[in-house]
Amino acid sequence: MSKPVKQIHLAAHFPGVNNSTVWSDPAAGSQIDFSSFTHFARTAERAKFDFLFLAEGLRLREQNGEIYDLDVVGRPDTFTVLSALAAVTDKLGLAGTVNSTFNEPYEVARQFASLDHLSAGRAAWNVVTSWDEFTGQNFRRGGYLAQEDRYERAKQFLAAAWELFDSWHGDEIVADKESGLFLAHPDPGGFDHHVREFDISGHFNVPRGPQGRPVVFQAGDSDEGREFAASAADAIFTRHGTFESGQAFYADVKGRLARYGRSPDELKILPGVTFALGDTDADAREKAALIRRQQVSGQTAIRLLEQLWNRDLSSYDPDGPLPAEDPVPGENTVARGRASVRMHRDPLATAARWRGIAQAKNLSIRDLIIEVTGRQTFIGSPATVATALNDFVQADASDGFILTPHLTPGGLDEFADTVVPLLQERGVFRTEYEGDTLRDHLGLRKPAPAPAHAPATVSVSAGRTAAH
Amino acid sequence: MPVPRTPLSRAPRHLHLAVALDGAGWHPAAWREPAARPAELFTARYWSDLVAEAEYGLLDFVTFEDSLSLQSTHPDGPDGRTDRVRGRLDAVLIAARVAPRTRYIGLVPTALVSHTEPFHLSKAVATLDHVSEGRAGVRVRVSARADEYAHVGRREQPTTAEELFAEARDYVEVLKRLWDSWEDDAEIRDVATGRFVDRAKLHYIDFEGAQFSVKGPSITPRPPQGLPPVAALAHDTLPYELVASCAEIGFVTPRDADDARAIVARVNDARSAAGRPDESVHVFGDLLVYLDDAPGAAADRRARLDERAGAAYVSDAPVFTGTPAELADLLQEGQEAGLTGFRLRPAALPHDLERITRGLVPELRRRGVFRTAYGADTLRGLLGLSRPASRYAAA
Repeated sequence: MSKPVKQIHLAAHFPGVNNSTVWSDPAAGSQIDFSSFTHFARTAERAKFDFLFLAEGLRLREQNGEIYDLDVVGRPDTFTVLSALAAVTDKLGLAGTVNSTFNEPYEVARQFASLDHLSAGRAAWNVVTSWDEFTGQNFRRGGYLAQEDRYERAKQFLAAAWELFDSWHGDEIVADKESGLFLAHPDPGGFDHHVREFDISGHFNVPRGPQGRPVVFQAGDSDEGREFAASAADAIFTRHGTFESGQAFYADVKGRLARYGRSPDELKILPGVTFALGDTDADAREKAALIRRQQVSGQTAIRLLEQLWNRDLSSYDPDGPLPAEDPVPGENTVARGRASVRMHRDPLATAARWRGIAQAKNLSIRDLIIEVTGRQTFIGSPATVATALNDFVQADASDGFILTPHLTPGGLDEFADTVVPLLQERGVFRTEYEGDTLRDHLGLRKPAPAPAHAPATVSVSAGRTAAH
Repeated sequence: MPVPRTPLSRAPRHLHLAVALDGAGWHPAAWREPAARPAELFTARYWSDLVAEAEYGLLDFVTFEDSLSLQSTHPDGPDGRTDRVRGRLDAVLIAARVAPRTRYIGLVPTALVSHTEPFHLSKAVATLDHVSEGRAGVRVRVSARADEYAHVGRREQPTTAEELFAEARDYVEVLKRLWDSWEDDAEIRDVATGRFVDRAKLHYIDFEGAQFSVKGPSITPRPPQGLPPVAALAHDTLPYELVASCAEIGFVTPRDADDARAIVARVNDARSAAGRPDESVHVFGDLLVYLDDAPGAAADRRARLDERAGAAYVSDAPVFTGTPAELADLLQEGQEAGLTGFRLRPAALPHDLERITRGLVPELRRRGVFRTAYGADTLRGLLGLSRPASRYAAA
């Protein structure tokens, strides 16, 4: 018996503040004007994408003790811009990254519940954690959260928010003018939540949203993160954009769901990927190389090298060879407010590998950085890319993709015009939205008010124990 | 009552007009009125329609109420009533949702400064200003309700009003420093040097206060208005001082024209003492309105609403009941007493809002004291406030 053909899920990541966003191109537009967000969202909706995705960073990045000035700097408040986008789109899901360290559950839950109402059921929350004091300097709370407590706080935060979302059951408001009864129950929204991180009780003041709860994304890759996602998330935003690692990740995470009484369809796996298109595969390769040179200027190459070397390399020539000296081991003090530096788990080994590549191919610093960082995931003609995307999904390397174009705001246009129609022709991507909510688009059920599985039950009780 | 006349030598000054939106209107029985849409209170269309109506009337701005608790007749917790509107959406998000559907009207959500992060609110209002192309403001409110402290769980309730208002002043200072933390021309996109921004034009704000410290700069570029106007409702000395020291608009509740004169003098004295220039702070009179064209109709409606609610609705603001011409008289009287504008609280929505936009506004226009077209496309512009340079910009 042959395997059923899977439908692909597609999402659009608004180009952010990494060097993958090319601001120097003449076609690059504003990163903050609402017209850019409108253009981008409407393109995604025209192409019938599942959702638009926004990242978040709560402190401007620094390198060598100064604000990093080579990449895009500046972005909007996530909730506010998503709510405004709800006014210029009708069906597109609106997914925002919101930190669980520098917020309180009551406020975040009511912002997401409000967004869900105001978008008629299109809100999604990418839950992230952060622990650094650097970012904490912008907040009342400060940054003191031990790294091992990150997931604990995130779990407790989500569990608290979950209780708030579920505190209204959806049948409270009758608004019957005749009888004078606005509420069916005198005591809506009651909650009582006492764990180590959150000691809160009272009444939530936003009625249950159209989706019941907003769609929840998780973005971590650690074993703990995977377990957290399996227990509580509706979708995972992963970095596993290659076929083999995608398949391994997919099998691993989907395999964890049964433990929580969930079926594999209840958690979508969506890697963040990039693309370069051309009329032919050769054209696309040429374009991809050109984009890479735009993404990695000489100045950027030196700065990216510093992030691994963990020392000031400003005296080096980007068109010259790699430094002879080794990276400084230990805590990264050069680049701050940046998630990517944590990916360099063993700087000395990575540096040795990079040296090997540079010697073998005779690469300058800039050439090497272009070679070893952020090459586009999918490169080719529309037909080639459509085939590759479909193969990826059908082979269970993912359930779809979160695409990050390199240009704001028009970077999605070509993909929408050329690749999407091919996927539609093959019957693997919708030609019209079949439902109204993001849960509909993702094929997720609307949760019942009393959750069948409270998220992270184990850690919540652990938190209780710890508090006594 | 004689209508005060302005001297013939100068044109009458225009007065400013705002409407305070909350639920189905300010009267607790408003949701049962024939034109009310109580089942739609949590939909975008409901709010878009109301703001579109206010914009049709060329009003300066609308405010949106907010709280981190259920509406209640009890000061510290829910009242268990089932006959009144309960539940509300986040005010900043309502404002953002209606922004793309409107073009000129100012959007002023309420925010609770006692429970929120100034860094988050600053970027939220900056973003509201970006998405509305210069029409954002924010009304700050302190929280003394025990239930709100229990909901957030972050801190104990401050013991004194002084502490609450001192924190509010710090909070507004941080909002404004963060809005200024990007100079207007910080983004340079200089391909030759590879720099997107000129980091010399991004500034740490290094705020250290009793309740919080904030490093900065903001993550959001400077709002189109530079500094979106800050507003506060003020009934007493501490809030008058808050308005005078750091707000652009104060909503006050004078009993009569003499009281208005006295309040305006107090705010202006405090403003001078704070070293701020003349005409940098608007003092608006807050007024709950029952408005109908036919004489006696508004009073009848008020009686009906009170009867349905089971008690007369008591407001912290003065109450007006009557016709558009009578209300215009009252507003002009207040204007003569030094108020620069009014924030009207419609008793019932959309009824009293439509009587404002379709009855009161034409009446004021006939008298030459209200605009006939929007003359500016930012909220500061509508309020006659210039666009300030960043405090961090080199002179």
